[in-house]
Amino acid sequence: MKFWDSHCHLSTPGRTIDERMGRLMEIADRVGVERVVLSMGLPPLLTNPTPEQLRKKNDETMEALLHWNHRAFGLCYVSGEHVEESLKEIDRCVAKGPLIGIKLWVAKRCNTPEVETLVKRAHELKGLIVQHAWQKTGGNPPGESTPQDVAELAGRLPEVPMVCYHAGGNWEAGTRALRPHKNVYVEIAGSNPTAGFVEMAVREVGAERVVYGSDAAGRSFASQIGKVLGTQLPEATKELIASGNLQRLLTPILKAKGMTV
Amino acid sequence: MSTPIIDTNVFLGRWPFRRLPLDEAALLAKALRERGVKQAWAGSFDALLHHDVDGVNGRLAAMCQRTDEKLFLPLGTVNPALPDWEEDLRRCQEKYRMRGIRVFPNYHRYALNDAAFVKLLKLATERGMLVQLAVSMEDERTQHPLVQVPQVDLAPLVEVIKTVPGVRLQLLNAFRSLRPDLLLKLVNAGHVSVEIATLEGVAGIEELLKQVPVERLLFGSLAPLFYFEAAALKLQESKFSDVQDKAIRRENAARLMAR
Repeated sequence: MKFWDSHCHLSTPGRTIDERMGRLMEIADRVGVERVVLSMGLPPLLTNPTPEQLRKKNDETMEALLHWNHRAFGLCYVSGEHVEESLKEIDRCVAKGPLIGIKLWVAKRCNTPEVETLVKRAHELKGLIVQHAWQKTGGNPPGESTPQDVAELAGRLPEVPMVCYHAGGNWEAGTRALRPHKNVYVEIAGSNPTAGFVEMAVREVGAERVVYGSDAAGRSFASQIGKVLGTQLPEATKELIASGNLQRLLTPILKAKGMTV
Repeated sequence: MSTPIIDTNVFLGRWPFRRLPLDEAALLAKALRERGVKQAWAGSFDALLHHDVDGVNGRLAAMCQRTDEKLFLPLGTVNPALPDWEEDLRRCQEKYRMRGIRVFPNYHRYALNDAAFVKLLKLATERGMLVQLAVSMEDERTQHPLVQVPQVDLAPLVEVIKTVPGVRLQLLNAFRSLRPDLLLKLVNAGHVSVEIATLEGVAGIEELLKQVPVERLLFGSLAPLFYFEAAALKLQESKFSDVQDKAIRRENAARLMAR
């Protein structure tokens, strides 16, 4: 089964970005990962980047695509703390550049008007919109979104497809928070391969709204692929999660950019 | 054909916080057999929270025997924070014929330099029993708010291990908190092994083998709490020799249990 990984970073070792990409894709090949979606440039990942840092991270992501655009896509890292500069980055990197959507992390919660502005602009460009979300037992840092925040944003913008990374971390609460919002896709990366995760996601939101991702290279491709292949779900359902749903989500922006897969 | 697997980290019974797709012993046995597992070292989820440890161990032994005694090798629990735990250790070996024990210092609330734990290590070693130490069971970020259990602090173990010659200790679910420098100290301090259920990072085994001798690395899945495939695919994700592959899948575990 082929996998399209919706959630990767450049954290493999390497002296250059190209070496890091080579190593990432060498390992991806071993477990059937055909395509990867990158974001946030080189480590360290910055939780609350300045506008200058955002530009640098996006430059790094675009450099990673130079020799790998047949295997990799890139997202533009933006921040609700810097709306005007982030809008310029979307223009530079998505409208006029090679990136295919936006990544929102933990600088500002996504139920704010600032983030909504960025999401609307990305949607105008038909871009993929991904938002990190975790509901942590010990409490979240101030800028970190919960799945309930994503649900609030999705409710205000029902025509905008968006991906909630990590299924909200606490995936049992997350999938229920996101269930009513048919424009939200539940991504499964970056947590323990706890049995029952994907089965519950499929039960609650439907197979068409569950998307594979790993959070590699910090996470293992294998541990996250195991969440899909370890289920007893039908093969067709697994294929949707592994690659089909992400392909469908990316189709508008790829068409708009004249890219074929 | 791949080398048959010894899975050193499975559980029977009910996980306290949700039902799991394979939490019936017969279903788990069938799934493990289908995936090439020839032996599975099994502890009990009940051991985390129950006070009647002997009741837990008795049920575990019976369940292993009843379900598939050639597959499941039971590892009873001893809680040195409870009265009369020495008797539990004795029963594990003499009554239930267990070849090792599994301990949960974080759920049972003791530190690894507590005198009772050090004594447990010594007594288990005198009996020739393997000790498996579960460093964690789940990500602390997703724990039930009323049952927030920290990762076991392994730092004191470096000195403790040196005081128990001949000890055979395996760490389970260690990698969320275990840093490479501490792992190296532990491996050098005595016969400490680890398994891969919570190992993360791409090509994680390949990277780990740059630091730790392959002899100390065992296969573990944490099934049925984790999807078995998550561990199995880690073998595919890393590149290593056939000799190393066999060692991790089976031979290291067989040697560790046989000693």
